[in-house]
Amino acid sequence: MEPVLTVADLSVRIAGLHILQGVSFTVAPTGVTALLGRNGVGKTTTLRAVMGLTPRGGEVSGAVRIGPRDALLTPTHRLVRDGLGYVPEDRCVFAGLTVAENLRLAERRGSPPDYDRVFALFPELARRARQRAGTLSGGQQQMLAIGRVLLSGNRLLLVDEPTKGLAPKVVTEVAEALAAVAEEVPVLLVEQNLAVVRRLARDAVVLAAGRVAWSGAADRLLGEPELTRSLLGVGAAGVAA
Amino acid sequence: MSTLVLLTLTGLGLSALYFLVASGLSLVFGLADVLNFAHGLFLSVGAYATWWAAGHVPGAGDGGLGFVLAAAIGVLAGAAVAALVELVLIRPLYSRTIEQVLVTVGLSLAGVALLHATWGADPRPFPRPEWARGVTFVGGASVPNSSLLLVVAAALVLVAILAFLRFTRVGLVIRAGVEDREMVTALGVDVRTAFTLVFAIGGAAAALAGALGGVYFGSVSPSQGGSLLIFAFIVVVIGGMGSVVGSAYAAVAVGLLQQFVNYYGTAGLGDICVVALLAVVLLVRPQGIAGRAVTA
Repeated sequence: MEPVLTVADLSVRIAGLHILQGVSFTVAPTGVTALLGRNGVGKTTTLRAVMGLTPRGGEVSGAVRIGPRDALLTPTHRLVRDGLGYVPEDRCVFAGLTVAENLRLAERRGSPPDYDRVFALFPELARRARQRAGTLSGGQQQMLAIGRVLLSGNRLLLVDEPTKGLAPKVVTEVAEALAAVAEEVPVLLVEQNLAVVRRLARDAVVLAAGRVAWSGAADRLLGEPELTRSLLGVGAAGVAA
Repeated sequence: MSTLVLLTLTGLGLSALYFLVASGLSLVFGLADVLNFAHGLFLSVGAYATWWAAGHVPGAGDGGLGFVLAAAIGVLAGAAVAALVELVLIRPLYSRTIEQVLVTVGLSLAGVALLHATWGADPRPFPRPEWARGVTFVGGASVPNSSLLLVVAAALVLVAILAFLRFTRVGLVIRAGVEDREMVTALGVDVRTAFTLVFAIGGAAAALAGALGGVYFGSVSPSQGGSLLIFAFIVVVIGGMGSVVGSAYAAVAVGLLQQFVNYYGTAGLGDICVVALLAVVLLVRPQGIAGRAVTA
């Protein structure tokens, strides 16, 4: 099967730092591909480069193809309208807007919004539609951040650390929601919680020092404690070594 | 008592003028991070276009509906020039702050020079409707109608902008963009359209300030925009970048302070007090009265 995303020799320099140094990997058209690595290796930079959100002044080279489209030559809003959904690190909900307004903003031209699907997945959002997003808990904000990209049809989702800073019960809820989403849409997931990765991911790509250090089946990576420890610096259970 | 009423209402007239200039300036900065030093030019364009239209456009003039038509032409001219400035000069320079400042300062200077060269440096008598030359008795005070006109116009503009921000899709994009422009783009919205629209709205409000400011001052001159812009910047900073409601509060504070201190102190002391108020706000609440959030 053709990959939904192909990243080839991707390099990113920001403020003189060579953060990505020729990253290459693909994302399968089904299931979850986990993008892993220690802090500061370039996981978020990779997602942002795919989205076209590298800060101005940053230099990006290489190739990023989403289906037939060259992502590096396409404005971000067009990529999104074509079905690229992005859930950023730290949620980035609009604190001053209500939940309903956050969702309304995410409606895409030419794609009828599917509120039923979002509210079925996150009933809490329907109950809190009139509440300002800035007053939601971290878990509720994460549900909103995921829910707003699910309003429209997607060809690929980029999800950056969705369980960061959440309570264990909420981590489980978010993981369940992502598992349901991944049955319909391929997901490139950046995640530090290896229990979540073990549950969701079929494939894994590990970055180290701005390069791909390992790629293959997620089961294999997490099934070999020594490999996990050497690549990620933690045990396979996700506990710091 | 009548002095108090007079000072309050004329002070509010001044506040209205500041608000009309500051509201657009604040939205432009809040959404697009552009410090637009050419904003005063939009005011001048509005004033001169109104003045010119009153004398040249059939149906326009200095009375009743004729003045409304002339002012509408002025407002349209201000909005058009503002949109053109955004599309041609600002758009290639987003996120390049120093270049933006240089371009907008240069444009402002060039605009004043162009008005100088075309219509001369001397103030020109401005068309004033009959009613606006009179006074209305309020609480024993004879309040100039031009002040009341400014207050009513600014209140209508405030309500219109808030309704636009609250009830339209573009307004939603603007409110979200003031918070996090990048995330708005990441949701599939082309914010550049909103940038142009915000410039046009700001230009229209400033041009209205130019038209009504001409009625208030009784004349128009090339340097009028620049001198009002200084106080508009102060209002924006005190009110909070990106907040229309904050600008309204700050404009009222600045206008009243200036009017009262100039009357009870010495002429010019009011301006110094406004700068002192700015310093206090920057020290105590650097984000201004309403911070960056746009309230609608």
